[in-house]
Amino acid sequence: MTGTLTVDEFRYLKEKLSREPNSIELDIVGAEWSEHCSYKSSKKYVRMLPSKGKRVVIGPGYDAGVLDVGDGYVVTVHIESHNHPSAVEPFGGAATGVGGVIRDIMSMGTRPIAVLDALRFAPITQDGAKRTRTTGVGGKGRVLKSKWLFKNVVKGIADYGNCIGIPTVGGEVEFDPSFEDYCLVDVASIGFGRRDLLVKNAAEPDDIVVLAGGSTGRDGIHGASFASKALEGENRSAVQIPDPFLEKLLLEATIEAVDQKCVKAIKDLGGGGLACCLSEVSDSIGNGLDVDVAKVHARESGMSPAELMISESQERMLFITDDTGLEKLKAILEKYRIPYSILGSVRQNPDLVVRFNHDVVARMPFQLVAHAPLAERQAKRPHDFGRYVAVRPPALPKDLGKVLLAMLANPTIAGKGWIYSQYDHEVGVRTVVKPGPSDASVLRLDNGKFIAAKLDGNSKHCFLDPYAGTMGCLSESCRNIVCSGAEPIGIVDHLQFGNPEDPEIFWSFTQAVNAIIDYCKYMGIPVVGGKVSFYNETAKGPIKPSPVIGALGLIEQESWITKPALKDGDSIFVIGKTGDEMGGSEYYEWYHHITGGTVPSVDLHADKQNADAVMKLVRAGLVGCAHDCSKGGIAVALSEMAVHGKVGFDVNLDQLPGSCSRPDNLMFSESNSRYIIGTARPAELHSVLSGMDRISFAEIGTATGQRQKQSAKFSYKGRTLVSVGIADIESNLNDSLAKIMKQ
Amino acid sequence: MAKIGIAVFPGSNCDRDVHHVLNSVVGVSAEYVWHTKDRLAGYDAMIIPGGFAYGDRLRAGIIAAHSPIMGEVKKLAKEGVPVLGICNGFQILVEAGLLPGALMMNDSLRFVCRWTSVVVKNNNTPFTNQFAKDQRFMLPVAHGEGRYVADSKTVRNLRTEGRVVFQYSGDDPNGSVDYIAGICNREGNVVGMMPHPERASEPILSPTGSSDALLVFKSLVSYLSGSSSTTTSTSTFSSFSPSHSSSHRPTRTAAIPAEKQV
Repeated sequence: MTGTLTVDEFRYLKEKLSREPNSIELDIVGAEWSEHCSYKSSKKYVRMLPSKGKRVVIGPGYDAGVLDVGDGYVVTVHIESHNHPSAVEPFGGAATGVGGVIRDIMSMGTRPIAVLDALRFAPITQDGAKRTRTTGVGGKGRVLKSKWLFKNVVKGIADYGNCIGIPTVGGEVEFDPSFEDYCLVDVASIGFGRRDLLVKNAAEPDDIVVLAGGSTGRDGIHGASFASKALEGENRSAVQIPDPFLEKLLLEATIEAVDQKCVKAIKDLGGGGLACCLSEVSDSIGNGLDVDVAKVHARESGMSPAELMISESQERMLFITDDTGLEKLKAILEKYRIPYSILGSVRQNPDLVVRFNHDVVARMPFQLVAHAPLAERQAKRPHDFGRYVAVRPPALPKDLGKVLLAMLANPTIAGKGWIYSQYDHEVGVRTVVKPGPSDASVLRLDNGKFIAAKLDGNSKHCFLDPYAGTMGCLSESCRNIVCSGAEPIGIVDHLQFGNPEDPEIFWSFTQAVNAIIDYCKYMGIPVVGGKVSFYNETAKGPIKPSPVIGALGLIEQESWITKPALKDGDSIFVIGKTGDEMGGSEYYEWYHHITGGTVPSVDLHADKQNADAVMKLVRAGLVGCAHDCSKGGIAVALSEMAVHGKVGFDVNLDQLPGSCSRPDNLMFSESNSRYIIGTARPAELHSVLSGMDRISFAEIGTATGQRQKQSAKFSYKGRTLVSVGIADIESNLNDSLAKIMKQ
Repeated sequence: MAKIGIAVFPGSNCDRDVHHVLNSVVGVSAEYVWHTKDRLAGYDAMIIPGGFAYGDRLRAGIIAAHSPIMGEVKKLAKEGVPVLGICNGFQILVEAGLLPGALMMNDSLRFVCRWTSVVVKNNNTPFTNQFAKDQRFMLPVAHGEGRYVADSKTVRNLRTEGRVVFQYSGDDPNGSVDYIAGICNREGNVVGMMPHPERASEPILSPTGSSDALLVFKSLVSYLSGSSSTTTSTSTFSSFSPSHSSSHRPTRTAAIPAEKQV
């Protein structure tokens, strides 16, 4: 019997222990060596990500990355997913996902100040579901299921974040048939605190181990192992139960304990429960632990030592403190009426010792438990890679105005008000730029600076070309940060794929990692944290490769904060080239149902030059509004700017820099590295950009504000190609998602 | 100098925001008061902030309404001390019997967070005396249970007695009867409102750049310093008329019988 270990892992464990492990030890090791906790397939690769930078205080490896934002303050950031649980029980799965990432921020000794979420579902409209990979025909049942998942995931995130009082300030949603019967729920959290209060896990022998928070029950048993294989049945017992009220108490107690400097180490309990928490904390403090799990406050009687060790009951934190700290910590926990147990102490030996009452039930070197043997995975470029490149372009639609309106109603593109109006995005009085049409959300910090944050992903691009697609996600998230007036200072990545034992899937993972290395090295932006999630597949197959990139930016001055609202009379500029790169675009996939074509690539030099140019223009006060061009291309981006600013616009597509052969491609191409800028000072902007070495830019038109006849006008080769009323644009953009969810 | 208390329950989450606005934006001294405190001597006003006190278990506000601090808040309210309940604080005041009616699930059946506009219907309370009558201003709501309901007699009385303090204007986020966004007790010293003035008190947080909601807190300061132009008298409700304005801080008088008779 090897438990959840492979035969090789079992053999390795036996050899290192020089004996047979007992069943409790097998469960502990099985949890910690699961893909979910050990990163055994990915560790070798993610270690290569560039993680150094002038602001990096703590990089990957801790519960959260830490960036210095000056004046003695730090920002912490982490990203997690809760895909398997959410696919089975969307409300509880998504809610506990939020809870988990918030505890990671608390573990550093910082207060969480924001949550962002990136969500992926199968199509929620009949039309979008037409092209499923199984039958090619959309079914009503399929649409209902993805709507059910979508609705309850949003509710789960809302209920948890709203109750605990941490604003959910931004996010991103994509719909694609590869997520049928499944969903991706990525949650990132940002924390803020004082650098001198950071908790860096340093404990000495005889220090005391305290478990505080929710009682331990049988929920979430084997959750980490559940998440480390393909989703087959609906294993509801592996899904945890959320209690945001308790987490709120735990949050306030943790911050008070940090302020009173009475804890030496903090670690949250997540996947793998106490088993992972104890082995990882032991490894990080470099000392053994001796704990008695019979002391754990449990919510049901008769739990076995193994169940107590691997239960993933939520809202639990582990603290390590000393004699004097313990009294203060107890007083704080009692003030909040948080249950706690004193489990044992730190020992100057290399073992993790688990007792049940007086019997030692497990004893293993912590280093052995904390460091799973790495798995060697084969990577092989798919035999049919590239077969999608050569697709026949669609016929040019007669009425591109109608196409634009349809594009705006696409749930992936349409305004997400239905979602973020359910999230309290204001609590904390920091949310300066709120969710909505803006590129990134902006939060104010206590030192007069501002942090900008955004999550981006694009499974359609990444499916066709994981390298170019991932780099596009990086470029997009950084463009969003730059458009808000910030300078990118750090990245977190969440890499989500199917079964890593499939060489073709593993190849796509290595491509994504390579893209992050290449992009971040060139741009000089450190990767401060991340997560890898494999086995995202159902009986119907794997998901499309779905790396999600989170970018953080710093805004030094209030006057640099930039929004995307066009103003009457603004001159409209485009920086960056538009090309016939239509592969994986929403125009091909959503409108034409074509999967294939050339995926937009990133010219690193141009990407950096364009971003630097926009930052320079913002700081010079020449930018009235700025917006990034991504899903849906320039036509969608301009529409959003117009609706936000309550104006119309008149632009000439012939002016767009680049080499685009068709008007529909000009409107909807998703070429990277492009920015739209509105300015009241076109001459100055022109002269600054002209002074830059071979930067591609053009003035393409103006914003028009006549009340009566506001329209979105695109002309091409001397004639008006599209003229659509802004009212129609606005209703398609803003009302579509709510309408779909009402049906 | 006046001292303002901010009640903090397990699960309160707007306490820090109110604290920030009062201390750092308005510049008045405000401090947290933990819910177990059963003596509230020395506070010139109490704010019950928003959040999810006790996780909104059983019913929003019901458990908090029975905590030790609320016994004290009731005493202060009787003495005429200004009490403001915001969002969950409003729900707590209603559950404590300090204000009539109830706050039910929004008619959308969803939590709603968005900016909305309200109109000041009564500018003669300690929290509205710096507003013009019928002044409109923007501020956000963020609640799942914000639909104000009461029996028709109560609603009629609220209306005729001028006790509807704020009404949603043109855009109703939750389906409240008569667009009610905030009400006060008969004496006018206890005000409950669903929208969040503390989130709209600084131009940088406001989509329109307007921070008129700050007047809610400035009104209180003005009332406490006795300089309010239109001051509340606590004796009878009929004294709520602009002509009755006085520059003196009113004395605290005994309260009129319980709201339940309304």
